[in-house]
Amino acid sequence: MTTTDVGGRAAPPAAGPGAGVGPQGLAPTGRGVKGGSGLTPYLFLAPYMILFTVFVLAPAIFLIWISLHDWDFLLPGKPFVGLDNYLNLFKPGSVTSGPFWSSMEATGKFVLYSVPLLVAIPMALAILLNQRFPGRNFFRAAYFAPYVLGVAVVGILWHFLLDPSVGLVNFYLDKLGIDANIPWTTETPWVWPALVGPTVWWTLGFNTVIYLAGLQDIPRELYEAAKVDGAGRWAQFRNVTLPGLRPVLIFVVTTTILASANVFGQPYLITNGRPGIETRSAIMYIGQEGLREFRMGNAASASFILTLALILVSLVTFVAFRERKER
Amino acid sequence: MAQTTAPRAPAAPRAARAQRGGTRRGPSPLRRTAFYGVLILLTVAFISPLLFMVTTSFKTDVEAVAANPTWIPKNPTVEGYRFMFSTDQAPVLRWFLNSLLAATGQAVLILVVASMAAYALARMEFRGRKLLTVTILATLFIPPVSLLIPNYVIVSQLGWLDSLPAVIVPGAAAAFGVFFLRQFFISLPHELEEAALLDGANRWQIFYKVILPLSKPALATLALLSFLVNWNDFLWPLYVLFSPERLTLQPGLATLQSAFATNYATIMVGGVIASFPVLIMYIIAQRFVIEGVSRSGLKG
Repeated sequence: MTTTDVGGRAAPPAAGPGAGVGPQGLAPTGRGVKGGSGLTPYLFLAPYMILFTVFVLAPAIFLIWISLHDWDFLLPGKPFVGLDNYLNLFKPGSVTSGPFWSSMEATGKFVLYSVPLLVAIPMALAILLNQRFPGRNFFRAAYFAPYVLGVAVVGILWHFLLDPSVGLVNFYLDKLGIDANIPWTTETPWVWPALVGPTVWWTLGFNTVIYLAGLQDIPRELYEAAKVDGAGRWAQFRNVTLPGLRPVLIFVVTTTILASANVFGQPYLITNGRPGIETRSAIMYIGQEGLREFRMGNAASASFILTLALILVSLVTFVAFRERKER
Repeated sequence: MAQTTAPRAPAAPRAARAQRGGTRRGPSPLRRTAFYGVLILLTVAFISPLLFMVTTSFKTDVEAVAANPTWIPKNPTVEGYRFMFSTDQAPVLRWFLNSLLAATGQAVLILVVASMAAYALARMEFRGRKLLTVTILATLFIPPVSLLIPNYVIVSQLGWLDSLPAVIVPGAAAAFGVFFLRQFFISLPHELEEAALLDGANRWQIFYKVILPLSKPALATLALLSFLVNWNDFLWPLYVLFSPERLTLQPGLATLQSAFATNYATIMVGGVIASFPVLIMYIIAQRFVIEGVSRSGLKG
């Protein structure tokens, strides 16, 4: 996942919590082969570590520093203001708190509407695809295809398809006898399906492929045994498939929540935050505030709060799923 | 496991039927038709928006907004493409070139720095290895949005705003490549390395002549994924590039949308240009892409 990839989940997944940090992940690599001078390992590491320090470690700390200053990018003076930026974000009625919390609310709604669909539908699809039949790879490839597009392509394409007067969606709704001219891109509640639908279309293939890999790890014998015990389809799903998918499910839920909470391109291009700023996501707010208006102190404190919220949410999901497992 | 309270009797004939049929389930023709029906319907749902984008790009701007949308242009035209390749308002060819340079440049940079670092972390013993590994892996969990504002300031300090290095270099610092290759290097057998050491090869020679050739599939996957991610990146280039001739394709599409409003045929031309390289890559290396994505998502 690149440091700059925030507009959706265009990145290969960075691995869920725990992945790679598990006991096997950090265990010593067995015998390290001796050889080379004492300096060699550091020389191998140097080029990456320079980049890592300048563009990951330093900015992580720099973010907090900026958030403690009245940091206007265009002005020479950047006075230290302590926690004022944070306090303003939490003070009802301040200039910044309203728009910021509105963007957090929009982000929360988007997560709430999109995540259940992106967890459930791909699971059904994966189960459908997890059998041997001619053409299986073709269908898998077709469902995954939209995922290789950038969010900007997805955005301009669906902005067109959802155009209230000339879009394909309203045209077909009209054909079905449903009164068309639904203002998908400008009015509530229509803006929400207009953001969630294309997102599901775009990223559903990713979760499906992850589930498929997980399904293939469930031993066939378990299904055979369940069948011998007289378990029907549903009982097999509940007692074999779901428990077998648990680790994958944790991964899918967590990464999907995080990806949805990082939503940017869809509201930027499909609804442009409308109506008003109702669908302006947190990252849209941060981008507008910090990189267009250049009030970076405020944008940095907003980023910091959003970051904490994201870390908290992923920890909570992780723990919630863990505990259910132990029961 | 399955609840054993269910009556056992029906199980026997079912198992017998499965055996006789040879196939696992032996579905009836009706079920089979329904099954494929659903799959084909879904395929249409997933692919048709893309097809519509392509066919719209060959329409006139008038036909693109006709009251009765057409799937196949009545008067196919390449006017949209000709316009896009010649207008100063939207230098798409330039954007295409910029995107190509950025995505290739970043993929190469990631391959070089990540493979070297991953090799040291996976196969060498040195002071601080554990701490470094934990630190690098921990940053996988830092939400990228937290780096947006500070990296903008850093990039501007380096004098890189509105230039290609801004969309090539910072992204190469992501921990993903190191994480991905480290996992792969750990899985390689030690014997070849040991033999080479006995032959008097040094670390650099082993890395270059033994490890890298053995890692071609992993390197190719990483290169492909890095290219895709960079090609499709939207947020970061949208803010760090601003001159019309310096943009890459993705932020360029936002420019098209605001410049051409409802000239949808023209806008879709941009969409096609921005997606055809990745779609072609996908069609050629489909299994490779899917497996790369799912493996990198699960391996750990």
